[in-house]
Amino acid sequence: MAFPSSADRPALNVTSAKIVVAGGFGVGKSTLVASVSEIPPVNTEAWMTQAGESVDPLSDASAKTTTTVAMDFGRVTLAPDLLLYLFGTPGQPRFWPMWDDLCRGASGALVLVDTRQLDASFPAVNYFENDSDVPFIVAVNLFDGKLTHSLEKVRDALCLDERTPLVTVDARDRRSTAKALVACLSHTMKTTPTRA
Amino acid sequence: MSVGQNPWVRPYVLTGGRTKTKHQLYVHTLVSAAHFDARAAAQLTPESRRLYDRVRLGPQSVAELSAHCGISLGVTRVLLEDLASTEHLQINDGAYDSPFDHRLLKRVIDGLSELG
Ligand SMILES: Nc1nc2c(ncn2[C@@H]2O[C@H](COP(=O)(O)OP(=O)(O)OP(=O)(O)O)[C@@H](O)[C@H]2O)c(=O)[nH]1
Ligand SMILES: [Mg+2]
Repeated sequence: MAFPSSADRPALNVTSAKIVVAGGFGVGKSTLVASVSEIPPVNTEAWMTQAGESVDPLSDASAKTTTTVAMDFGRVTLAPDLLLYLFGTPGQPRFWPMWDDLCRGASGALVLVDTRQLDASFPAVNYFENDSDVPFIVAVNLFDGKLTHSLEKVRDALCLDERTPLVTVDARDRRSTAKALVACLSHTMKTTPTRA
Repeated sequence: MSVGQNPWVRPYVLTGGRTKTKHQLYVHTLVSAAHFDARAAAQLTPESRRLYDRVRLGPQSVAELSAHCGISLGVTRVLLEDLASTEHLQINDGAYDSPFDHRLLKRVIDGLSELG
């Protein structure tokens, strides 16, 4: 059946951009996303049943997958024609293949770290250093409101390239989160050609 | 409970056997509808109908549609592409070719700076 295609009203060509929020278990990814998102945390139950498919859409193998995955994403309307989406990456190793799908088309990535458990975020740093073309920065989540280790020490412990920006953030605070996201995209600007 | 929510129904069945989408639909790709046709909606399968109904609320990402309609990401992608090919929906390509386009980055940075 042909669907009548005359447009009642021209659809506004709304553009979306995406930033990925990565990091280990419990470092504050969901908190950071929620601090700026205008939509409530999405109930991931239905999504969870077959999310494993996204790796290899609809193949027989994935149809057998009943894997569950908790995923959060948020949305920020920056202008009537511009939406920003934030996607938290699932932390458990078995979901790493899903990161490729989440990262595809991202403008930047923010790797969150907790200085009390720095190693939890090693895999995320490794991923963006080695396995992804998405420019990234690292943000130390200030759980107790102050920095317990100097940024230099954190950089050393993470073996972070000196060209990768390292900032601090209070993931609970909207303004602080926005600032970290700005730092993330500014880094993308610096590391990509003008007309990428 | 509808088939879309039943983990025991293979996704293959819901999509008429198709397993690949033509276009890469990112999780954040926006989908919108210029108008709503109730008669056309009535002829859709339950899953496609849920997606079509949901898009009435305004442009939304593939991830939002998947989550809100309780349809897995892979199936959502195939069904949305079908709905776009029959002109029920539009897939918004956005105004920029690359996520690294500096005009896009500048706009997002400016928008975020005003959030504080
Ligand atoms: N005091 C304080 N608590 C925080 C901060 N950020 C997160 N938390 C708390 O730390 C816990 C973990 O934060 P989440 O945002 O759930 O972390 P996550 O990275 O999403 O965790 P997973 O998804 O389980 O990997 C929660 O109880 C938060 O309330 C912060 O900046 N300060
Ligand atoms: Mg979380």
